Amino acid sequence: MSKPTIVLYLHMHQPWRVRPYSLFEVGKDHNYYGSDNERVFNKVAEKSYRPMLTLLGKLLDKHPDFAFSLSVTGTFLEHAELWGGDIIKQLQELVKTGRVEIVAETYHHSLAFFYNEAEFEDQVKMHQAKIKELFGVQSTAFRNTELAYNDALAEKVANMGFKTVLAEGWDKILGWRGPGYVYDAKASKPLRLLLKNYRLSDDIAFRFSDKKWSEHPLSAQKYLAWAKEATINQPLLNLFMDFETFGEHQWADTGIFKFFEKFVEMWFKSDGAFAKVSDAAYAHEPKDVISMPETVTWADTERDLTAWVGNAMQRESLAHLYSLLPEIKKRNDDKLLYDFRNLSTSDHSYYMCTKYWNDGDVHAYFSAYESPYDAFLFVTNAIRDVEYRARM
Amino acid sequence: MRILMLGWELPPHNSGGLGVACYHMAHALAKKGGDISFVLPYQADHNCKFMNILAATHLDPLERFGGSAYDHLDLTAPTFESDHGGFSIRDVQAKYIEFVTKHLKDNNYDVIHAHDWLTLEAGVAAKLAYGVPLIAHIHATEFDRSGGDRGNPIIHEIEREGLLMADKILAVSEYTRRLIHEHYEIPLDKIEVAHNGFDPDEWGEYDYDPANLAYIEQKKQSGYTVISTISRLTIQKGLVHLLRAFALALKFNPKMLLVIAGDGDQRDELLALSAELGVMQKVLFTGFIRGREIRDIYSSADIFVMSSRSEPFGLTAFEAAHHGSAVVLTRQSGVAEVLMNVLKYDFWDEHRLADILVNISQSKGLMEDLQKDVRREYTKLPWSKVADVILGAYKSTLRGVAAFKAARLKPEKRARRAG
Repeated sequence: MSKPTIVLYLHMHQPWRVRPYSLFEVGKDHNYYGSDNERVFNKVAEKSYRPMLTLLGKLLDKHPDFAFSLSVTGTFLEHAELWGGDIIKQLQELVKTGRVEIVAETYHHSLAFFYNEAEFEDQVKMHQAKIKELFGVQSTAFRNTELAYNDALAEKVANMGFKTVLAEGWDKILGWRGPGYVYDAKASKPLRLLLKNYRLSDDIAFRFSDKKWSEHPLSAQKYLAWAKEATINQPLLNLFMDFETFGEHQWADTGIFKFFEKFVEMWFKSDGAFAKVSDAAYAHEPKDVISMPETVTWADTERDLTAWVGNAMQRESLAHLYSLLPEIKKRNDDKLLYDFRNLSTSDHSYYMCTKYWNDGDVHAYFSAYESPYDAFLFVTNAIRDVEYRARM
Repeated sequence: MRILMLGWELPPHNSGGLGVACYHMAHALAKKGGDISFVLPYQADHNCKFMNILAATHLDPLERFGGSAYDHLDLTAPTFESDHGGFSIRDVQAKYIEFVTKHLKDNNYDVIHAHDWLTLEAGVAAKLAYGVPLIAHIHATEFDRSGGDRGNPIIHEIEREGLLMADKILAVSEYTRRLIHEHYEIPLDKIEVAHNGFDPDEWGEYDYDPANLAYIEQKKQSGYTVISTISRLTIQKGLVHLLRAFALALKFNPKMLLVIAGDGDQRDELLALSAELGVMQKVLFTGFIRGREIRDIYSSADIFVMSSRSEPFGLTAFEAAHHGSAVVLTRQSGVAEVLMNVLKYDFWDEHRLADILVNISQSKGLMEDLQKDVRREYTKLPWSKVADVILGAYKSTLRGVAAFKAARLKPEKRARRAG
């Protein structure tokens, strides 16, 4: 029997946030992106990207069997090229070891699959080209934005030649089946499905520093026991989370870096292994075929798309944007198409989410804007400018 | 708890929001066991069961100050000639003070709760004469009423003296609390915030008949967006900026109507400005409205704008939310601290307001979400909660005053501690 294996997958992303872009600038100033982007990037780079990449490099050096996967959006790479050349170098060093896989996705972290399949394909190809250019590699594993997954997506990416896809291991879908097995996706071509163990992932990503959590503080020892338990029968422990968990969502002073380093040591000592997603997906026989007719994401307690398309503003904004695509494509204007794609980044819709915008609960809300309605205002004005340019 | 409340008006004889707030506040306090006597500067039958209403003069409500606002420039000018002779606002205030001090000679109270500059002098006189702790409740300062930086220096002086003499100050918003601190140099820890409340049940549902506003409804049918405001037409309310923003917005979407409901000293200026801007055809001045008319205007509005340059609270925002409008308000208001599902702007930012109006008028989604979401949250501040805040302030003030008095009676103890 093979060793219990952790499939660690970390997601790196930064959107091109729209500045307070006014109606009076539409048709005059086509730069929608403000200085917020640089400020946020530098902050997160300092707190998370640099220290965590350094730690991951150190662990790769120390343990010849350490391996993990990343997804790195195109918009993130654009930010890094502008303000963090050293971060690109760090990433290149990691990939060079051959033990770091960069999973494919849409370049712009968009929900294009649900609006325009051709555009979705273009954005995925754009991402592959960018990864190839910077890192010289190409993966056959795919993750959609926010792990938004359904059978139609599986069919689509299988036809595009992908062999592995990531999704949320949501109980309602899994039933008795555990997230630690490899499954077949429901598609006409072979496609392996890896599912996130959300309990153990979220213990780190969300609960690690929560003092109200009954398991706080979480020691590497305790987490090791849980990880062992999760892999008694199932071969894999799929830990999928935002890269920014380390240092940004959980600050350094919570002990997150030390915890991670120590846990990796202990996992190796207890005869555990790590694997990249594509290796893990083909190291085991699929346990079953899993079908998800409805879209499942890794977001919120609902695990659906309501954080992006839950209210009328969001639906209208996305419909408005994608309705312009045929005209935009006809223009053969690269800059215009590029701006369209930046506006297709799902974060813009997320900023318009009103789900948790009740009773003045501002603290639970993470956004670049004063309110979801302001976000709608600025993004809609930017979409108007794109519309104006498309019809110029 | 025996409370002597000093106010200037109660519905139905009110000229604005002060009377409404005082009424609901007193009612909520009475429900929690407050034993309230409420002094008014006029005599009228209020048929009020939950508190004892006292008339400081024999004047009828209209004679108080000519039925509308007093003249800021000349406080000693008679505002009304009557059988009782000519009275200025200062004359009425002098009588009010006299009544309150006399009344306290034979009656005991735990606290005096005075509302705004109009009654603050009476509160101070009573405190000095009888040592009853004084709570000053500030609904608006002269800075707000004058629209920013001017105002009558005598009123400023009365406010300053009252705020200094008060044992505790209640401000209707954090915005007002900061303003009191900055302009009157009162320490922040002496000022507590008691937001105004809103009880939707008091308003109930309104069965709006579109036939009442046939012209506006016809415009709506042909695709117009109706933007409304209900306000005194005076500099404090920022209506010039609203009008200019509306003119800007029309360039992007000509299918908009602006309804300006209310009356005041600025009406002619606003009329002239709308002509000058070439938008007169799309601006409706209703004049002074009351009762059903108010509810009709709220009900017909797609968007309600509160454009005040300085608004200590801004109850109209709640009322508009209740009637299903999307609410837009200035950051220079107290209600902006309370309502989240609204769009906010700085009162001078005409471009931003125009941007907001165009976007709401052109986006069904934004309009629907704003209208729906604000109705989900506007019930969160019932007057009963406000009453709890006020009762808490009473109690802490009484404790503080008692401790202070105790310390003053034993100077040797203080000396020993200091040594």
